[in-house]
Amino acid sequence: MSEVLKSLPVELIQLVVGLICLAALVGASAVLLVWMERKVAGHFQRRPGPFEVGPHGLLQTVADAAKLIGKQLATPRGADKILYWAAPFIAFLPVFVVMLPIPWGETLMALDVDLGLLLILAFSGMGVISLCLAGWGSNNKYGMLGAARAVSQSVAYEIPLLLSVLPIVFMTGSLSLSLVASVQGTWPWDWLVVRQPLAFFIYFVCAVAETNRAPFDLPEGESELTAGFHTEYSGMGFGLFFLAEYANMVVVSAVATTLFLGAWHGPGSDLLGGAVGVLWFMAKVVFLIFVMMWFRWTFPRVRFDQLLNIAWKWLIPLALINLLITAVLIPLWR
Amino acid sequence: MQLIEKISERLEGDAYCRHFERRADSETLVINLGPQHPSTHGVLRIVAELDGEYVIRAEPVLGYIHRMHEKMGEVKSWWGFMPNMGRLDYLHAMAWNQAYICAVEKLAGIQVSERGEYLRTIAVELNRISSHLLWWGAYLLDLGAFTPIMYAFEDREILMDLLQQPTGQRLTYCYFRFGGVYADMTPATLAGIRDFVPYLRKRFPMYRDLVTGNYILRKRIEDIGVIDKDMCRRYGATGPVCRGSGINYDTRRNEPYSIYDRFDFDIPVYDTGCGMARYMVRFEEMEQSLRIVEQCLDQIDKSDGKHVAPKSPKPNYKAPAGEAYQAVEGSKGKIGVYVASDGKKNPYRVKLRSPSFCNLSLYAELAKGTLLPDALQILGSIDLVIPEIDR
Repeated sequence: MSEVLKSLPVELIQLVVGLICLAALVGASAVLLVWMERKVAGHFQRRPGPFEVGPHGLLQTVADAAKLIGKQLATPRGADKILYWAAPFIAFLPVFVVMLPIPWGETLMALDVDLGLLLILAFSGMGVISLCLAGWGSNNKYGMLGAARAVSQSVAYEIPLLLSVLPIVFMTGSLSLSLVASVQGTWPWDWLVVRQPLAFFIYFVCAVAETNRAPFDLPEGESELTAGFHTEYSGMGFGLFFLAEYANMVVVSAVATTLFLGAWHGPGSDLLGGAVGVLWFMAKVVFLIFVMMWFRWTFPRVRFDQLLNIAWKWLIPLALINLLITAVLIPLWR
Repeated sequence: MQLIEKISERLEGDAYCRHFERRADSETLVINLGPQHPSTHGVLRIVAELDGEYVIRAEPVLGYIHRMHEKMGEVKSWWGFMPNMGRLDYLHAMAWNQAYICAVEKLAGIQVSERGEYLRTIAVELNRISSHLLWWGAYLLDLGAFTPIMYAFEDREILMDLLQQPTGQRLTYCYFRFGGVYADMTPATLAGIRDFVPYLRKRFPMYRDLVTGNYILRKRIEDIGVIDKDMCRRYGATGPVCRGSGINYDTRRNEPYSIYDRFDFDIPVYDTGCGMARYMVRFEEMEQSLRIVEQCLDQIDKSDGKHVAPKSPKPNYKAPAGEAYQAVEGSKGKIGVYVASDGKKNPYRVKLRSPSFCNLSLYAELAKGTLLPDALQILGSIDLVIPEIDR
């Protein structure tokens, strides 16, 4: 056994272990985040939220997941079966790849890729394909409208998203997330958000839009399109979309934390062999996710043309100007 | 067939609707909003033809909850028809109560006790507030804001608890009786109502800051779904819909009934005719209703008599032959009840004029050319109650 292990390359073992840990992380974080979302919603709405299953309803999501798994998987008549069932998987699978290069701690990451940022941006773009297939394949008019919205929304918001992370790449000269993280310091004024506040703002707005969260949840806009692209999905088909939404929230918040909020850096982050740093990272991610939930339970939904106007008329020009200014200032700083 | 096409070219309504599916051309998408759709608030069906996200045509289809209230009026006794009134507009049941009871009182010349009139006014105005609160929450739900409805329900819950004491009901009230009301409000209830007035007033600034002033909300509803005065007159729109379009018409003022002439209150009117105008009208009406309730509470102790007039009609009551019409101001608009009697034990004819029906009829014209989210937002802004439409 040990002979076999020795003959395997170290990177492969690291990758396999990393992937298993990530799968556990995605599952656990989704369960916890759904619970958190419902608790946040509850307290925003003057009610306790889930309370019956487990202490403070902590096991409610587990019970719901068990229910979803037990449900029948129905395919609507006239649906394109292959596309219809491929869509939830395409929504969910990129999440693993995207989570690989995220530096959870100073040494804790599944895979240190030099092009980590590019990897994340490339694979998170796959999400829109799944929404498109789900809407198109389910032979449902609401689904199709949702898919059409999802595509134009993603196309519009991926551009400012890219443009808002480019200044960071300019400043650090690297696409590797661990390197970007390591150039930042312990205290908040050493973080890149201080030098790039506009980029952080644009990134965060785009991240909310990319994950289809309110107030930009138009592809599933409940009051207009019943449930948009996932109208027809039942059981775990819907469950996977749901999981993917929360996993994507983790990813965009983790990227924001790495690029702008000093990653694992924080007071005392090198104590206990970096474990405190991991806690700092998690705390920042959870805080960003809380802000996204705060948006959802406070704001009304924007209209579709307004959504696109924000992207094309405001975010893209602003991001471009920000990029130009950064490009001019970098030689001056040096 | 050509004739029908010609008619339907000009008509916007049911005849047009029946040929909807056939007339959609290949570039457009016909979509059924309802009868089970989250934003039609009940069993209303809107058949919409979409070009992308633009609504080319949107026709309401009625009849999914038709319960023959008018026919029931001809079969039930004068007394027995009362509970039907709470089931028309279940959100402002008191106004329908008042319309029917006042119509019969007018027909038969029944005297109403003064205290009864005050109790009626308090009940109607509190119910108007709860109706507007529910509309407020549901409208924002249409716009994708989930939280306000919970706050609205919190306030509404207090109102329902208060009205539960005299009426014994929480939603489909049947509180009014010929000559007065079913039961007097206890001192505890009256004290509770007195406490409720400042409580709700304290909540309004919060709603204004968190919701009315919200930038996204303003962008969503300002200058969208504009109903002009002419359109209001053509379709007979009343209530906040016409007052949001600059027509200063409130039945309480223009055709005084009950004891509304004793109170000092304003009629909020806005000129723009957009969703925001209707929103503001309803919001300010809640404040005016609070003023009326406050004045009622001040005057009620000086009023004469019990909650119901002595020698008021009993359940086997037969109204004398004749006819009468009474209009009252409901939360949705002008509620009209016409009763005709031939002296028998049940009405000869009951005709109900429901404000939601008239307000809905302008929807087909209004929704044309808007975006789908706007079309649904406009539907929310005219505040419909479906059982009232299908009466």
